[in-house]
This record gives sequence, C-alpha cells and structure tokens, in this order.
Amino acid sequence: MWSTGTATQQTSQTGRRTVADPFFAGLTRAAATVILLALAGVAAFLCSEAWPAVTAPSDRIAGGDGLVAYLWPLVFGTLLAAALALAISAPLAIGVALFISHFAPRRLALLISYVVDLLAAVPSVVYGLWGIFYLAPKLSHIYSWLADHVGWLPLFAGPASVTGRTILTAGVVLAVMTLPVISALSREVFLQTPRLQEEAALALGATRWEMIRMAVLPQGRSGVVSATMLGLGRALGETMAVALVLSASGLVTFNLISTDNPSTIAANIALQFPEATGIQVNTLVASGLALFVITFVVNFAARGLVARSSKSEGS
Amino acid sequence: MAKTIDVSDLDIYYGSFKAVEDVTLTMASRSVTALIGPSGCGKSSFLRSLNRMHEVIPGARVEGKVIMDGRGLYDVDVDPVLVRRDIGMVFQRPNPFPTMSIADNVLAGKRLNGKRMNRAEAAEIVERALVSANLWNEVKDRLRKPGASLSGGQQQRLCIARALAVEPQVLLMDEPCSALDPISTTAIEDLIHTLKERYTIVIVTHNMQQAARVSDTTAFFNLAGAGRPGHLIESGSTPKIFSTPDNPATEAYISGRFG
Amino acid sequence: MATQTEPPPATDVWPTASRGSSRVRHSHHAPTVILGASAVLAAGVLGLSGWVDPVGAVALGWLTFAILSTALTATLRGRRAAKNNVATILVTSAFALAILPLASLMWVVIEHGAPAFNAHFFTYSMRSVVGAGGGIYHAIIGTLYVTAAAAVISVPIGLLSAVYLVEYGRGPMAKALTFLVDVMTGIPSIVAGLFAYALFVLFWGEGTRSGIAGAVALSLLMIPIVVRASEEMLKLVPHELREGAYALGVRKWRTVVQVVLRTAAPGIITGIMLAVARVVGETAPLLVTAGYTDSTNSDIFSRQMMTLPVFAYQSFKSPGVPPEPGYERAWGTALVLLIIVMVLNLIARLCTYFFAPKPNR
Ligand SMILES: Nc1ncnc2c1ncn2[C@@H]1O[C@H](COP(=O)(O)OP(=O)(O)OP(=O)(O)O)[C@@H](O)[C@H]1O
Ligand SMILES: [Mg+2]
Repeated sequence: MWSTGTATQQTSQTGRRTVADPFFAGLTRAAATVILLALAGVAAFLCSEAWPAVTAPSDRIAGGDGLVAYLWPLVFGTLLAAALALAISAPLAIGVALFISHFAPRRLALLISYVVDLLAAVPSVVYGLWGIFYLAPKLSHIYSWLADHVGWLPLFAGPASVTGRTILTAGVVLAVMTLPVISALSREVFLQTPRLQEEAALALGATRWEMIRMAVLPQGRSGVVSATMLGLGRALGETMAVALVLSASGLVTFNLISTDNPSTIAANIALQFPEATGIQVNTLVASGLALFVITFVVNFAARGLVARSSKSEGS
Repeated sequence: MAKTIDVSDLDIYYGSFKAVEDVTLTMASRSVTALIGPSGCGKSSFLRSLNRMHEVIPGARVEGKVIMDGRGLYDVDVDPVLVRRDIGMVFQRPNPFPTMSIADNVLAGKRLNGKRMNRAEAAEIVERALVSANLWNEVKDRLRKPGASLSGGQQQRLCIARALAVEPQVLLMDEPCSALDPISTTAIEDLIHTLKERYTIVIVTHNMQQAARVSDTTAFFNLAGAGRPGHLIESGSTPKIFSTPDNPATEAYISGRFG
Repeated sequence: MATQTEPPPATDVWPTASRGSSRVRHSHHAPTVILGASAVLAAGVLGLSGWVDPVGAVALGWLTFAILSTALTATLRGRRAAKNNVATILVTSAFALAILPLASLMWVVIEHGAPAFNAHFFTYSMRSVVGAGGGIYHAIIGTLYVTAAAAVISVPIGLLSAVYLVEYGRGPMAKALTFLVDVMTGIPSIVAGLFAYALFVLFWGEGTRSGIAGAVALSLLMIPIVVRASEEMLKLVPHELREGAYALGVRKWRTVVQVVLRTAAPGIITGIMLAVARVVGETAPLLVTAGYTDSTNSDIFSRQMMTLPVFAYQSFKSPGVPPEPGYERAWGTALVLLIIVMVLNLIARLCTYFFAPKPNR
C-alpha cells in the first residue's frame, strides 16, 4: 500500500506527487545553475569584449600609449580614493560601533542603528549631489587654508582647487558612504562579545575603556577587519558619487587638494561610456575587468585574513 | 486497524558509522512497546528507522528487514512518504507549526498533503483528533489561536492529535514526556493507555517507572562502549523484564546500578 | 564593590559606583556643570573674537569640555579614569562626527528638493521641455518597470537558490554556489552594467539600450542579496519543524514550500525589500544599459528608458540653459529617491515586526 506502482486509494494523488518532488528539487537546482552560468557569463562576456582592447595597437587606445598606460592612472586613482576613504571612515566607524554597542543607552542605541542602516541605503547619486553642491564648496575653504599653511607637505602642495572637487573630497564622500557599512558589521561583532568576559573585566575593577581593550576589541578584531574590507570593496566600486564629485584630469599625483586629480576606474566608465564607440568601448570594458579583479582580490584577501586570524585565536 | 511490526537483523548507519547492530524484535499490535537503554545506545535511531524518518538525515541508511502487514518497509518500490502516513511519530520536544492555528496544526497532515476538505469535514477531523488526544475540552474555545500559545504539555498533545489526524496504524513516540511536568506527563500516559486500544504504540523513555506503567513489552538496548554499535540485549513482557530479566546488564540498568 | 557585576550605566564619564582606584566621589552634576562652564567659555571667546558659526561654537565648546573634564578626572581620580574619560569622549565624538554628514545630507536634499515638488513635477515627462517646467513622470515609470523586472528575475532565482543551498545542496555544486555568491556580492555595480550591456549587444547589436538590459544588470546585484538573506532565514527555521512535517507523511517539496518557506516568509520579505531598496537607487549600471531619454517609454524591451537615479544625474550633468531649473529637478529627484528608499526600509522593518510568528501571545 505504500508502493508507488500499485493501485490503492492514494495512487491518484501520489502518481503526480512522486513527480512533483524531483521536479521541485530540479527547479532549485536549475536556479542555482542559472547563477553559476550568470557568473561564467560575466567573466566570459567581459573578457571577450575586453580582448580587442588588449590586442589593439597601442596608438588606437585613448591617450595613444597602449592599454597599460591608460589603465595605470585609473587604478592609481581608484586605490587612492578608496584608501583616503577608509583612512577617514574606518576609525570613525569603529567609534560609532563602540558607541552603539557599549556607550549609548539601549533605546538610543537602537535608534542610532536604524539611522546608520538608513545611511547605508541612501543612493549614491544623492551622495554625489550632496558632495558637489554642499560638501565641495565647504571643503574648498579648508583646502586653501591647508595650501597656505601646510603646503610644504606634498599632500597639500596646492594650488588649492577653488571648486573643491578634488580627490580628497571624493575620499570624504566615499568615507561617508562606507562608514555605515563598516560600523553596521563591527557593531554586530562587538555586541557578540561574551557578557561573561565583559563582566569578569569589570569585576576586576577595570574602567569601561579597559574592559573594551581587554575583552571587546581582541574578540572583535577579525570581524572589524572583514568589515573594513567590505567597506573597501564598496569604495573601490563606487561610481556615481565619484563621477559627480571629482573633477579629474587623469594625472598620477599625491597632491590631494589641487585641480589635477586622477580619475577612478568606475567613474571613468560612467563618464565615458555613454558616448563611447568601437575600441573605446572595449577599452572601458577592459578597465571594468581590471576593477572586477581588484575587488575580487580584496574580498578574498579579507576572507583569508579572517579565516587565519580566527584560526590563530583558536575560537 | 493496528498492525504488527516485525524487525529482523536490522543494522542502522550514519554514513560509515554503524549506530545499531543486528536488532530482531516484534512489536505487537494494540499494545505498547517500550524501548529503554542508556543514552546513545540507538533507541531513537531504531525508532526512526521504523517509519523511514531515519533516512531524512544525509548519509543515513539501514540494512535488514522491517515488515508490517506482510510488506517490507524498505522494499524497493515502497514510497517512504506513504510509510510515514501509516506510521506516525511524536517527538521529544513538542513541535507545533508556529505559523498555524491549533485547528490548522491538527489538519496539517491532511492540508499539506493537498487534500481538499469542506468546512464540516475539517471541523469533524479536528474534533475527533483533539478528543482522541484528550485535548478537546481545553482548546475547543480557541481553535483559531496559534498552536504555540499552548502550554508545553498541551502542545505535546496537540502534536499527538496532529499525528492521529492522518489516521496512522502505528504511533512512534520518542521520549514524549521528557520535556514536560509531572501533571502533563500523567495526562500523556493516560492518553497512551486509551490509544493502545486502537494503535500499535512504540515509546522510547528514560523513565523506568513510566516504562513499567505504560508498556506491555519492554526492549532493553545497550552498547558495549563509545563508538561501538548499540545492541538489543533482551525483550519480553514488561512485568518479566522488570522482575526477572534474563540478562544481568538489564537488571543492573533497571535497578539503577548501571555503569 | 563585591556586588559590582552589572556593567555600569552607559553614559558614565563619571562612574558613580566607586571602583578600584577612585579616591573621590563625584556628584551626578559634575559633567553638567563642566559642560555649562565650557559652553559659557566658548561663547565668551567667540563673542570676543566676533566669529559666529554655530558649528564652530559647538565644536569649541565640546573641545573645552573634553580638556576640562579630562584634566579634572586626572587630578581627582587618577590616570586610568582620565584615560577612560578620553576614550568616552573620543567615541562620542566619532559618533557625533558620523551623524553630522547624515543630518547635513538630509537637510540639504530636503531644502533643495522640496521646492521642486508639485503635481506637474510628478505627472509630466521632459519631452520637449526647455528651461523650467517638465517632470519626472517618465523616470518614475522607468524605475518602476526596471526595478519590477529586476525583482521578477532575481527573486525566484535567488530564493530557489537559497532553498537549494539549505534544503538540497550537497557536495561540489553547493560549495561552488556559496563561493560564487560571495564573488557576486563584491561585483561593482558598474561592472554589472557592463556585463548586461555586453550581453545585449550580442542579441541586438552594438549600442543598443533597453530597460530589460538595465533589469538584468540590477538582477546581478540583487540576486546575491536575496540569496544571502533567504539563506540566513531558512537556516533559522528549526529542524524539528521539517521533521514534524515529514513524520506526517508530507512530501519534501510541500514541506519546504508550506512549512519552511512559510515560517521564514517575514524574514525573506524583509530581505527582498532591502534588496529592492539597495538597487532602486543604482545609477551607474542603468546609465550604461538603459540609457536616458526625455520621453516616457513603457516598453522595457526596446529603446532607451529613463530612470530616477539616471535622471537626477543627467539633470545635473546637462541642466540646460539657464541651469537652475535643471538643478532643481535633480534635487527634487534626489528627494524622491531618498523618500522611496526610506519608505522601503520602513516597510521592511514593519514586515518583520508584524508578520513574524509570535509565540506565547
Ligand atoms: N544525525 C546523526 N549523525 C551521526 N550520528 C548520529 C546521529 N544521530 C545519532 N547518531 C549516533 O548514533 C548513536 C545512537 O544515537 P541515538 O540518538 O539513536 O541514541 P539514543 O539511544 O536515542 O540516545 P538518547 O537516549 O540520548 O536519546 C549515537 O552514537 C549517536 O552519536
Ligand atoms: Mg534519543
């Protein structure tokens, strides 16, 4: 009576159901396969569209010196902007995360976490508009002050940009965008510190800061590192905010506040692509492929780091 | 209605690990069989192999024969899902579906199997199952409330009602009272007493008094050591096992001198 | 001292319970008094120098407070307490500094965007508009279509893949999928755009733009979010519920659909909402795939399609002459986007709140 073949009272229903089970399993498998294929597709299409740029004679690439000479300033700008962003946002984000997890009163903390999550959801074009209309003019005052007073530092050599649309401004906007990403994850990590360890530290007579240094920070280190890397990934790939804010000339320079700024890969694609044709398109796709590789490496470096540090901590 | 289950030469595996070895046992119809033994000896594994729930775990499999009503449960053309409709199961921790009301929980076995019922039919099934599970009087005014809103003991009886609504022949219970207070435990034991009129019942328990109170037959499982498979040491009528067991290990376990 | 096991109340620059090295007890009012003194001092300095800037005033006051309170703690309660004080002030400052840009962003967007809001703005497209007037109707339609299409593509794929990972997947295929979803999470949005562009070039030739290409690009960003969120939620469904259903003789697919997915539904819906909120503001991939136009286009399979983020960007990039109306439209669109994202986030939260199964109630 439980057999699939023999006719019993249940057969009319079961005949269909024994098909339904493998069918559903197959459906989920098919969905998974679509994802695999999509990624294979991404890789394949990007490579095939980028290939003509790789093989093209160097004078046909924009700039006239070949693909590497074209890509290098962009890669430099991408890394510089992301580094600036993280230099600003990582410490702040960790501070915010600590504030939420260990300093703010509980209800306030909840409210703040909502606000921080919201900050993460604000579209980048909105950040871009804010950056160019509001932030850049404000910062330009600071830049001219910097150029006047600490101009001996190569970073602030000037002459200061009047519009404020410099790589440093782009870095600040990216910092604002990456901050919620980093702090949201760090907060989770800090909140997971075992209560017992915290209380043990406090019972030893530690001040709150000592407790955080003894119990919270060591526990959360790997989590914070991966959160920061995630932020880095976002900063590297961010397009519109940079495209709007940055006034780029394509120079490789560490001067952060002048009118000569390197562009970033993503922003460059967004700015050039709508009008690009022929080999230009291939060149841009090649730069997109380079960006893909960079973010990939960053993401997996983060993963490796986390895996290693969590292993060495032995927990 | 109730059926006898014959198990012969049953081995139970988790992947390459053999958890239970060479069990031969008959569970008579319209009676209660209690499975007792120390933790890890394979009582749950054995019970779960009786309605093919065992193979839900990845890598798990059995070798040997389980025969009910002249048919092998593990014959190649047998659909395990249909076996489970004939052999119901109640778990250690009550597990009502949290998204469903009390009534829907009882009907879950029918509804989830795609059976269409009209209202009167459904109401009748709900009432019959809840009455059988001795829960009707307590919940008849709040059938639309979530199943999770009941007390632990009530939830467990709800799970029994849920199993009964599928109209099984056999009811398997894995430590059904271990998460419950003494009063709920008594309620369930009383219920087992009435249910055995109509069903074959197999119950796993760690409570010797409970085994003695509710069962007709007792089977004692033991294992030789950690990492070794569990064995059926002996089985027989409950009074005999509890008064004059053949095997000294059984006596040691029952009288609490185990280990 | 012996009973000091509870962590101290959260805002204690001056812990009131005596611990370890404390020599002097402070009243609760000490911080307030110093804060007041700092404010007066800062106001005085500013008044004398004639420099009036509210942000500067607050910053100066806070700095004074920090120095005064630390100095006082150091003299009265020793180095360790002073260190704690410095840390508290630093962390609080970090928070204030982080909130500042958000507040300013909100303020600027509302201030500049609100004037653009009127019925005309929402009901007209930009077709043959020069200078003032015109609206975002075409962009609203475009965003609606493209986002909906993206959701239609990515929700089934993402959800079923999550089901595959949690309920069916074993071995190399599941491992590969987990890995690749990680990779996907890191795909820069512009790269997703390039992919969709390259894909549709294959079908329809060089230079084509369409709403569906945009939807494919967005799907690529949305799928990993949906997979991750759903996977997380499916894993939270207790194993006992599955077993309970199997023991009733319920088929696996019905168990998955009607018990597991049903139980996880609130969390999954929240995840989908957040995924939509995440892609609805994406500009770059749509710029290269869906392109831009001034007219309403409700056919996602052909011709360029305007979307809200691209419209905001374009209105800023080429505002027209004079630029003011264009800028105003850009701000108005930014405000619309901000509102959409906030509403989606809010709905997602309410979803979790109202539809989560509530035991014992
Ligand atoms: N899912 C599983 N995977 C691998 N091994 C398992 C699994 N479940 C149980 N085992 C092993 O099978 C053996 C028997 O387990 P089982 O749960 O049947 O014991 P039990 O007699 O029910 O114990 P208890 O009285 O504690 O419930 C044990 O050694 C256990 O470690
Ligand atoms: Mg057990």
